[in-house]
Amino acid sequence: MTSQVADAYARQIPAHASPAGRPGREVRRRIGVGQALANALTLAWRNVIQLKHSPEKLMDVTLMPIVFLVLFLYVFGGVVAGSTHAYLELLLPGLVGQMAIFASMGLGTALCEDIHKGVFDRFRSLPVARSAPLLGAVLGDTVRFCVVMAVLTAFGSALGFRFHTSPLAIIGAYGLAYVFYLAMCWVSVLIGLVAPSPETVQGISFIWTMPLVFGSSVLLSNTSTMPGWLQAWVKVNPVTDLADSVRALTIGGPVGTHVLYTLAWAAGIVIVTFPLAMRMYRRRV
Amino acid sequence: MAIVIEAEGLTKRFGGTQALAGVDISAESGQVLALLGPNGAGKTTIVRVLSTLLKPDSGRASICGYDVESEAVQVRQLIALTGQYASVDDELTGTENLIMISRLLGLSRAASRARAPEMLERFDLADAASRAVKTYSGGMRRRLDLAASLLGEPEVLFLDEPTTGLDPRGRSQMWDTIREVLAGGATVLLTTQYLEEADELADKIAVIDHGNVVASGTPTELKARVGSQTLQVRAADRTYTPQVADAVAMVAGTRPDVSADSGLVTTAISDPAMLPAIVRLLDDLGIVAAELALRLPSLDEVFLTLTGHMAEDAEAELTTPDGRAA
Repeated sequence: MTSQVADAYARQIPAHASPAGRPGREVRRRIGVGQALANALTLAWRNVIQLKHSPEKLMDVTLMPIVFLVLFLYVFGGVVAGSTHAYLELLLPGLVGQMAIFASMGLGTALCEDIHKGVFDRFRSLPVARSAPLLGAVLGDTVRFCVVMAVLTAFGSALGFRFHTSPLAIIGAYGLAYVFYLAMCWVSVLIGLVAPSPETVQGISFIWTMPLVFGSSVLLSNTSTMPGWLQAWVKVNPVTDLADSVRALTIGGPVGTHVLYTLAWAAGIVIVTFPLAMRMYRRRV
Repeated sequence: MAIVIEAEGLTKRFGGTQALAGVDISAESGQVLALLGPNGAGKTTIVRVLSTLLKPDSGRASICGYDVESEAVQVRQLIALTGQYASVDDELTGTENLIMISRLLGLSRAASRARAPEMLERFDLADAASRAVKTYSGGMRRRLDLAASLLGEPEVLFLDEPTTGLDPRGRSQMWDTIREVLAGGATVLLTTQYLEEADELADKIAVIDHGNVVASGTPTELKARVGSQTLQVRAADRTYTPQVADAVAMVAGTRPDVSADSGLVTTAISDPAMLPAIVRLLDDLGIVAAELALRLPSLDEVFLTLTGHMAEDAEAELTTPDGRAA
């Protein structure tokens, strides 16, 4: 009976029906780059408004730099550099690099939540660029970077940290950290898209960020006491290049190839993770 | 009339479940087509395919003549989706939600800011304009969702279970709001679990079961097949139940169902005038009725009549691979 009814229904559809019903309005065939950027900025604005409504979401990036600075400074200061004051000069630029990575980790969780809530379904049914929701999320997350760096720098200065370089070099240091942060955001996006639930995102993120952040020159610039395999890891770790670049640009010293390596790594990470994230996004959402 | 929504032979499988098993539907310009069926029948999957969110395994579908797969960019400019799980942003206010959607639709900043209060006023949300959506009631969320959907003046509007989860008052308010929207002339695809809702709003109903269209037609045609109303009579004294059944059979012209346990005599009737006729007949016979009611057939009865089986609910609940309801 079921199939008979369906057959009878199918016959009601006229065979010549298809290209009729075109609307009178203008319909664009593709979405331009300008519109894609405008879409991304609108969605970034959404993320910023969300933070304005619930500032508690910024708690981690506000407290993290304070806790880390105090702990590392007073636990390691005397041993590593002889005095806490000498260590602060070494530590704060290193923490700029470290915080750039930690601050990028919140994005994956937020993204995973958005997908589960169905907000992305609406975005995808709108005539917006495919990449706009992800791009918007990354750009909107810039607020977290700014907060973490402002708190870290202000608190470090209160403890006695002083810049020794030109304003241009200082801007360069934070700019470089921001570029690396943006690259790491795409890794975070990828994890947010792959993770089965928002709760698991953080766990996954911690596992891969720990060796990256601590197996580097973030906490100490002298690596000669480390075993050979670890020295080799520290040397290839891009976070070492980032920390060394920020150090040179804020307290002086030779910049060398560290800046170039950092930029190359950032570019490499984006080239790999962006297309992967877009692919996962198409499949997942 | 021009065909605006068209789907032919849509199939979709999620793991071991055949969500769509060859669905054909069509709606003409300005029509309201209701997809009626229980949870998990495949209604939302059809909406997700037609709104470019999900690729079918086979079959084709088009909106205003644009293919939903190969011309998705064009389709998205013509449609608006109001989701089963109201897809507005919880953490933004009503105004901010509408501004965001307007901006995404390409309206200027000034136009977006001007449009938001107009729409909030129209959908009776002006008082809640600057409150976060998470403080809204279910009905308010649905209205905001609908307002957001109409910002782009869509040719085709998808209303996916617009009143599921609302209390009766919220439901009738939502119906009023939807009727206003329908007066604007958009073509609408509505999914619902309630026959009453399809009856209230739709020009044409397709009954969906296990991913198939099992029946379709105007509400009048469908109700004629089911019997437009159900009559229930129960004698105060159970020993008179057979006489009650005879009286009902005489008036309605068909043998009613008789429940041996409760003594309830039930039959589908097409003419409401049969009710007073039965009352008179029972009165003549001197039988006192403990219960006498006339009501619309339930979805279960529609299903029983059209498919020969009861509407199964939880068993057929479908989920997509990442765990969301399909």
